[in-house]
Amino acid sequence: MRDIAVVATAQSPAIRKEERRNEVEILMPVVHDLRKRAGLKQEDIGFTVSGSCDYLQGQAFAFVTALDAIGPWPPIDESHVEMDGAWALYEAWTRLQYGDIDTALVYSFGKSSPGDIRRILSLQLDPYYLVPLWPDTVAMAALQARALLESDGVTEKDLAEVVSRSRKNAKDNPNAQLSGDVDVDTLLKEPMYLSPLRKHDCPPITDGAAAVILAADDRARELTDRPAWIRGIDHRIEPHSLGVRNLADSPSTRTAGEKAGVGNGNVDVAELHAPFSHQEIILKRALGLGDNVNVNPSGGALASNGVMVAGLQRIIEAADRIMAGQADRAVAHATSGPALQQNLVAVLEGEK
Amino acid sequence: MAEHAEGTIIERPIRLDYEYTAGLAQSRFLKGIAEGKIIGEKCPVCGKVYVGSRGSCPTDGVPTEGEIEVPAKGTLTTFCVVNVQFAGQSVETPYASGYILCDGADIALMGLVQEVPIEEVRMGLRVEAVWADELGPTLNSIKYWKPSGEPDADYETFRHHL
Repeated sequence: MRDIAVVATAQSPAIRKEERRNEVEILMPVVHDLRKRAGLKQEDIGFTVSGSCDYLQGQAFAFVTALDAIGPWPPIDESHVEMDGAWALYEAWTRLQYGDIDTALVYSFGKSSPGDIRRILSLQLDPYYLVPLWPDTVAMAALQARALLESDGVTEKDLAEVVSRSRKNAKDNPNAQLSGDVDVDTLLKEPMYLSPLRKHDCPPITDGAAAVILAADDRARELTDRPAWIRGIDHRIEPHSLGVRNLADSPSTRTAGEKAGVGNGNVDVAELHAPFSHQEIILKRALGLGDNVNVNPSGGALASNGVMVAGLQRIIEAADRIMAGQADRAVAHATSGPALQQNLVAVLEGEK
Repeated sequence: MAEHAEGTIIERPIRLDYEYTAGLAQSRFLKGIAEGKIIGEKCPVCGKVYVGSRGSCPTDGVPTEGEIEVPAKGTLTTFCVVNVQFAGQSVETPYASGYILCDGADIALMGLVQEVPIEEVRMGLRVEAVWADELGPTLNSIKYWKPSGEPDADYETFRHHL
């Protein structure tokens, strides 16, 4: 296996509703900024891959028009996944393993505001049994939260603590959408939204973009002083039907975490893609992370949740802390689908 | 619901509504159209003028710049004749639809070609816009294109814009 590292990252500020710029106009400055940071031109990059969802835009092949932001001339080696950008990063990591190229550009973008995001995401469900009922993302997350609250000692106060910490951490994240000091008691006085979830237990609606440069071996050391080496990366999926899952647990995250080697060393920082507060608790348990781990120092997806972007952002936030020397070993997690259906886990390390 | 020999067909209507954001560049173009002007934008790297720019040069991946008005007059670079009626069709068949390359632009606009017998529609035909009575931020503001009476354009002048 070749050693692959994150060597540069860029992201747009999270915005509730980007009313002036289209997707290409949001993405372009992020990609320009990224390439500038890495000191690379598009022609220096061996492989380019994106993660996005055409349903967000309501336009077929919207991901192809996004290439207008990249400058794919002379022709580039390019790919796309209809998934969060974290899975695009996985494809880039796999592509770099071939050994014939040393750099890859990964980007993701998404405006969640143009349509009704809850209805749009319903269409990723089983088309025969679930889609006709239009169960929305929040309702399915609420089912999961209820399953968790009824299963053991987890209380609504635990959920509020996740939210309070997310908002507090997000104060240090210039790209975050929701931040501030909110105490647990105040949060618990808020009315129920979709019981047992309160509105603050749910993610904001976010428009934004993010991008990463990966590089292999010595090329990574050339491009940055302290690359964030991907020591393990794995993704797993739960059964499609919600009814056959134990929603209070995340076996796929557990397996992905084991395969990625989360438990092989001390974890300084974990960036977990938990759009709903209770999901952070499920993920933390599945990954075996103790209370000494700094979870979601960026504020996580509760602070800004660009659909298709927020998972890649977890890898970015983890990698940034390694590259800045603030952490030696970090775990990044991304999710996709309803109620944590698909999960990707990466372990990142700085050079000793 | 309809019975089927080996199963049942269910109808599952799906509808999603979107609030479309044209973007900065396309908004400039559409505002121009509402004033009876065709506004292009130039790529600072390759110099191409995009009419209906989405905000970037798709070749170079950089923002297009400047509002460059191009005349509502140009060359029909290629066309097709529609002979088949379909639902929602607003024009009587047969009719010609084609690419119109405005003078000074590097990308063609699509439009109807009328006021000319179908058999006389040809590549290189010089055309000018016939604007609708009421203009708005939509390409419906150009009702169609008609021959301008100028001599046909030489193929070499538009061979890269087919």
